[in-house]
Amino acid sequence: MINTYVIDRRLNGKNKSAVNRRRFLERYRKHIKKAVNEAVNKRSITDMEHGESISIPSEDIREPSFGSGRGGRRTIVNPGNKEFTTGDRVRKPQGGGGQGQGSGDASNSGEGMDDFTFNITQDEFLEFLFEDLELPNLVRKDLKEMSDFVYRRAGFSSQGVPNRINIVRSLRNAHARRIALSGKSRKRVKELQALIDEEMAKDEVLRNGQNLADWEEELTRLQAKIKRLPFIDDFDLRYNRSEKVPIPSNAAVMFCLMDVSGSMTQSTKDIAKRFFLLLYMFLRRNYEKIEVVFIRHHTSAKEVDEEEFFYSRETGGTIVSSALRMMHDVVKDRYPPSAWNIYAAQASDGDNWNDDSPQCRELLSKAIMPLVQYYSYIEITPRDHQALWHAYEEVQANHPDSFAMEQIIDASDIYPVFRQLFQRKSA
Amino acid sequence: MTQKPISTGSEWTFALIQEYDQVISEIAQEFRLDTYPNQIEIISSEQMMDAYSSIGMPVGYHHWSYGKQFLQTQQNYNRGFMGLAYEIVINSNPCIAYLMEENTMPMQALVIAHACYGHNSFFKNNYLFKTWTDASAIIDYLVFARNYVTQCEERYGVKEVERILDSCHALQNYGVDRYKRPSPISAAQEHARQEEREEYMQQQVNLLWRTIPVPEDRSEVKQERRFPAEPQENLLYFIEKNAPLLEPWQRELVRIVRKLAQYFYPQRQTQVMNEGWASFWHYTLMNELYNRGYITEGFMMEFLSSHSAVVYQPPYDSKYYSGINPYTLGFNIYRDIRRMCEHPTDEDREWFPDIAGKDWLDTLHFAMENFKDESFIQQFLSPQVMRDMHLFAVYDDEAESEYEISAIHDEPGYRRLRSLLAEQYNLSSREPNIQVVNVDLRGDRALTLRHVRHNNIPLNNEVDDVLKHLHRLWGFDVHLYSYDGDTMQQSYHMPPKDNPQETSLDESLKYV
Repeated sequence: MINTYVIDRRLNGKNKSAVNRRRFLERYRKHIKKAVNEAVNKRSITDMEHGESISIPSEDIREPSFGSGRGGRRTIVNPGNKEFTTGDRVRKPQGGGGQGQGSGDASNSGEGMDDFTFNITQDEFLEFLFEDLELPNLVRKDLKEMSDFVYRRAGFSSQGVPNRINIVRSLRNAHARRIALSGKSRKRVKELQALIDEEMAKDEVLRNGQNLADWEEELTRLQAKIKRLPFIDDFDLRYNRSEKVPIPSNAAVMFCLMDVSGSMTQSTKDIAKRFFLLLYMFLRRNYEKIEVVFIRHHTSAKEVDEEEFFYSRETGGTIVSSALRMMHDVVKDRYPPSAWNIYAAQASDGDNWNDDSPQCRELLSKAIMPLVQYYSYIEITPRDHQALWHAYEEVQANHPDSFAMEQIIDASDIYPVFRQLFQRKSA
Repeated sequence: MTQKPISTGSEWTFALIQEYDQVISEIAQEFRLDTYPNQIEIISSEQMMDAYSSIGMPVGYHHWSYGKQFLQTQQNYNRGFMGLAYEIVINSNPCIAYLMEENTMPMQALVIAHACYGHNSFFKNNYLFKTWTDASAIIDYLVFARNYVTQCEERYGVKEVERILDSCHALQNYGVDRYKRPSPISAAQEHARQEEREEYMQQQVNLLWRTIPVPEDRSEVKQERRFPAEPQENLLYFIEKNAPLLEPWQRELVRIVRKLAQYFYPQRQTQVMNEGWASFWHYTLMNELYNRGYITEGFMMEFLSSHSAVVYQPPYDSKYYSGINPYTLGFNIYRDIRRMCEHPTDEDREWFPDIAGKDWLDTLHFAMENFKDESFIQQFLSPQVMRDMHLFAVYDDEAESEYEISAIHDEPGYRRLRSLLAEQYNLSSREPNIQVVNVDLRGDRALTLRHVRHNNIPLNNEVDDVLKHLHRLWGFDVHLYSYDGDTMQQSYHMPPKDNPQETSLDESLKYV
């Protein structure tokens, strides 16, 4: 008799706990977010590509239950006696209150105050990192890219695929057709029936046998004819029709403007790059179709690709308006504001050519702000603000909803400032 | 006659596992090990971690605490703090045993002997398991529970379900009827009865909390009557049946947690016996395999090294010491029973006249079938084992600055030591004794619990949190009074009272 079955389960999924794990992360969201916020400031620019180890005080995740506490009188049996005999007295360890004697009462309360530590994946890390962030003022613009469609009901058609047959309409059509095509015959059938009945009602000797036979014959013929009408026919069929309707896409473009002039030290540049990298990752992750335009400037601005933006090391003097002008040109050229949501993020150390700041203000107020949904400016400097900041303050006063500016002093400000700029606003 | 060994290498194959199982099964039958059919499942270490975190259950409802368990296991395993257990075995029919693919052939054979014949026969024959669990229905019930919880989540939201489950989990050790025998039913019946129950129970509860005035003369009588008439130890059951504000589905969730707690109840009461039994049999069966030439010496060496790791008992002053190892204690007792039967000494004849010199298999099966840890130790722990393990008892009184050695492994100490150790495994003295004593039916509906202190041992500091959960389920005020003998030592209130010594306190305790 075979009493044992051996089953190979190795091919079954190994992620049976995935849901429970998810639930756990969900429950301790706050803790994890805090840990993520702390972690992101410690990481270097290129180091966003892995998960993170998270610690939660075990106090916070305890599942309470009734148990015995310390105190009272208890006797615990231990193994391995070497020197004791009955009646011996041993001093209790100081302050410990009897911990040393093991857990005779098998309580779990003695696990200590260690943190509960576990790892989250890179994906989860980024999810927590960018949670609750969004591009402000995003609106659906016109039908630029016809990539998004919805199917809408659009009446009925006589052609289509079988799974879209509208049964009610089809049968109704069939019924109507049968009535229409058999109308004359059925009228005649009724007449004949009446004639036959009338004839039959007469006395037998008075009946006209010839007529009766003819009528009977015609009646059968007509009834057969009616019966031959198909119950349902091809041209009865009706199909639900649907139409592809393009929906307005929320096409968006982000302009990243970075000052790379000589006044920017290596560390300010580094901070600026980290800020943009964070921004770039956020856009890539949460907005699939967003376009990004990188513009770097010293005395003159240049549109560059991602690679050059983050890694090239050109320097020079500073004329901020050059970048703004360039951005304006690019918008005019390629991103008509009627079709695009336009965003800009600018990073600088606040140094600018003396006469240039008023120009920047003019440019922003007159030319750029009417075009963009949101403009954010970060100034990376531990020093006092200069002309540029004050010029921008005026802009902000005029556009409180769509212009934001923040100051970053050191690397630990990057993420908080980033969050502040792109915080989801409750509608 | 010389038997050719079944295998020599350490690699396992499915054919080899079956062959070993076949041989072990034959020998097990000679020893009259009566088992459920076995279902051996080979799994990877990741799957083992999954199994770990769902308390070994093959299906379970979703809950964050299992996720926490999983993360903890994973972390410890990945850092090398912890090896995974070699096996997990489930009390079901057929009996499911998980074997890890990483194990060597000798390890797999050890696990088969340990789990598929040791634990399995224990599950099938121990009276506690026979009474409290229904091996053929558990998997069905788990499926029912999982589906029901999922349905509730869809209907009422994950958060809501989680809240109730959290609260039930906090009380799950108080979801067992210790004296009433449960009736096993299958999942299909369970489902059919569940809907019926929902309606009926709500009616009952409504009846209890009815506010329509009762005719005068009858209410006089009622005022005399207390509710509950007897103190109730099964808190979850009490809540399921009497909590005024729970929805029918919430009652069903309480019931599910209670049922599962009940299923695990015998395992908590027979740890020493169960592990000891399994260890005794893997040891005996493997030696038998070796004696009959089925396994090689190298195989045996590997087995012995694992075996001695399993039954190693660090002494009390070792840094690895964390209480008595149930494998060791159980293994020693069973082995000593066999010794007393086969080679009794004068001491054994004096201490165990019923055992010394009797048929060892009969005695052993009797010992396994009819006891739980507490009574098993009381009945079968011999002076020999106490001496071998150098057991000694330490008396710890909070009021004293010194420990007292109250008994050791010598002639005057044996009986006392044995009683003390047995008491240590008495579940009801290990877990605080807390019972429902009163519900203020006609007043604020407050629930009063009473904790009876064992040797004046107080409750731990999680009480307030547990009471929060209890309060959530009950829906009205909850009071807990902790007694040492007749004197009240401490009181807990949820929601907390600003002034703990209120006048109403004495009143509510009048009945107690």
